[in-house]
Amino acid sequence: MKKALHRREVVSHLLDDRGDLLVVAGLGAPAWDITAAGDHPLSFPLWGAMGGAGMIGLGLAMAQPQRNVLVITGDGEMLMGLGSLAVIAAHKPPNLFIVVLDNEHYGETGMQKTVTALGVDLAGIAKSAGFMQSLLVKNKAEVGSLKDEIHKKGRARTGPLFAQVKVDSEKLPVVLPPREGAYLKNRFRIALLGHAVALA
Amino acid sequence: MVPDAGHAQLISLCEADKTMSVVRLTSEEQGVSLLAGAWLGGEKGILLMQSSGVGNCINMLSLSTSCQLPLLILVTMRGDHAEFNPSQVPMANATETVLAAMGVIVRRADTPEDVVAEVSGALSMAYNTSRPMAVLIGQKVTGAKDFRKLSQGDFE
Repeated sequence: MKKALHRREVVSHLLDDRGDLLVVAGLGAPAWDITAAGDHPLSFPLWGAMGGAGMIGLGLAMAQPQRNVLVITGDGEMLMGLGSLAVIAAHKPPNLFIVVLDNEHYGETGMQKTVTALGVDLAGIAKSAGFMQSLLVKNKAEVGSLKDEIHKKGRARTGPLFAQVKVDSEKLPVVLPPREGAYLKNRFRIALLGHAVALA
Repeated sequence: MVPDAGHAQLISLCEADKTMSVVRLTSEEQGVSLLAGAWLGGEKGILLMQSSGVGNCINMLSLSTSCQLPLLILVTMRGDHAEFNPSQVPMANATETVLAAMGVIVRRADTPEDVVAEVSGALSMAYNTSRPMAVLIGQKVTGAKDFRKLSQGDFE
């Protein structure tokens, strides 16, 4: 893994100057990564719901078609919800961007290999499912292009986009987001919809 | 939704309604997370499935309960009344227990009149009190599938 990408650098680059981006993070390391980049009311880090991050992104993208939705998750989480790639591809939300940080391991449970370590091609699966774009990202220049795609506006957007970002399987200090689900939900809805609507 | 024969007419009505979006799921738990995202974005929805799909949802329902998310699941039952297919019975028998065990409030509708009352009541309760609810619509309402007729080529 010479010159492998570092997950925290990738995430902090994607979330730097994030504008009005809505962010969902899969459980485990991706939730720690987005928190390390700076906790935000329009971030929804998951503590469970393994396999569901992409579908939460689809629901959010359909409810908020003017906003861009970024799902940041891991290879293990994505592999548990492969069917969601078919659903997302079939419904073609132009404002949904799914970034899988692929370290080829289950980081929270003792670094066991996932099947991407055995050759499963996640980006290929997304492409075959019918994603408008499916990228394999292996260097900083490609991360930069990915960020440009995620921040496009209106008709320039080319989602649904899937990106499999190969990252180092380093163990990093855990950076915990708030963990109370109702709080995470309410702060997100208040920031997005305003108090009057969110708490009606 | 994941289709069931018992929901066929409702699905057609939803598809014909331009104010609604119908999302074709490949497995039922996707609907739990989809509607969580929709609610974060300010939209409402209903999840349709057959009783056999409830088992697929178990762990994902943690999202609804831990985040106190409104959710209404309409479950058409297979295996609870005059069933022909043995494989439908175990999950049918466990449906209510499994949902309740995950913190979902369960109502049953075993007559056409019950369906209207229970669904409208559960819908307002789910969204007004921000919690997951399910209405189980029994086979007495939807009718049992007659496999013997089907095997004789009688599709009516």
